[in-house]
Amino acid sequence: MQITLRNPTRTVEVKGPMSVQKLMNRLKVNRESVLVISNGALVPGDAQLPDSAAVEIRSVISGG
Amino acid sequence: MKCRVCRGSAIIDLRRHNANFCAEHFVKFCHDQVARAIKDHKMIASGDRALVAVSGGKDSLAIWRILRELGYEADGLYVGLGIGEYSEDSGGYVRRFAEANDLNLVEVDLRREYGYDIPHGSRAARRAPCSACGMSKRHVFDKAAVDGNYDVLVTGHNLDDEAAVLFGNVLRWQTDYLGRQEPVLEARPGFPRKVKPLIRLAEREMAAYCVITGIDYVLDECPMAVGNRHIGYKEALNAIEVQSPGTKHDFYHGFLRSASAKFKPETDAARDALNDCQSCGAPTTNEVCAFCSLVERATAAQPVRLSPRPEREKRQKKSTTPATDERTT
Repeated sequence: MQITLRNPTRTVEVKGPMSVQKLMNRLKVNRESVLVISNGALVPGDAQLPDSAAVEIRSVISGG
Repeated sequence: MKCRVCRGSAIIDLRRHNANFCAEHFVKFCHDQVARAIKDHKMIASGDRALVAVSGGKDSLAIWRILRELGYEADGLYVGLGIGEYSEDSGGYVRRFAEANDLNLVEVDLRREYGYDIPHGSRAARRAPCSACGMSKRHVFDKAAVDGNYDVLVTGHNLDDEAAVLFGNVLRWQTDYLGRQEPVLEARPGFPRKVKPLIRLAEREMAAYCVITGIDYVLDECPMAVGNRHIGYKEALNAIEVQSPGTKHDFYHGFLRSASAKFKPETDAARDALNDCQSCGAPTTNEVCAFCSLVERATAAQPVRLSPRPEREKRQKKSTTPATDERTT
């Protein structure tokens, strides 16, 4: 899977398939602080991400 | 995961509500939460003209859309802060949103109207950029809402914003600030009525709302806000929230329910002691308000900015040295 993270924008490769929750744990990302978008669609925590997925982990925290 | 309402496939799980939603019912959930906040706190009356402060970020664009969906008359107000490419991009998102949705947008540019921008103004006034920015925006928001005869000024502060501000104020026991952290601030001479209809929705929910409804918003963080204290508070609260869903809601809404009134007398007394600014007439504790003072310092500093003095060059050199060292180690 190709994983894009934001702020700062960077890309990492992770072997799939894998659930969203496992991916969050692997990347040490707090689920409360991000949205997970797989192939352009929002996915919940129990969704399985195939190895071919293009995943965006979008930070939702703003400075206010 | 199944949608709590229709049992279709869920696209988002909200642990603090112990609920999952499909796209359609998540959008309805967001609208219902805003409608409930407006009703519970009597934020906007039927027939009110609202002015929504919009930045190009997810929260302000979303609340503008939601208010219109709920049938309110709402114009947008965008303040050009002059923070380089970031401000240019943000303005573009706002203008495209207004045009695509056929909405009325009011624009105020700090450089054009007041002769300064946030990066230079904050430096000249020796204020932290976020402090100068917040103060400038508040002044421009108030003035635009009062001058435009709007009944209410709406901001996109969400649950996370309010919980983080409360967290910071409690950590330092800033009791004067605690007394004014309310979702509705009534109008007073020089100040419009101000409301925060997103206090029941978390930051993650607002971002999801934008993705689902196709609201294109600025994704980059303001370069001047990166690493600020407010973001640190949000991260700290999210570290608790992930272990104990609902904590942010209970912290903030519990404060409103049980503690906020206790701090009001101090705040009310401070409000009663306000004078009119000798320069712009806005309410202030001093002869000249903080905003006019910032404008004076920022504009007086313009020639210095265009032609740096030797000591300024020295300061700049000094400030770049540690960063270079850091990168090489």
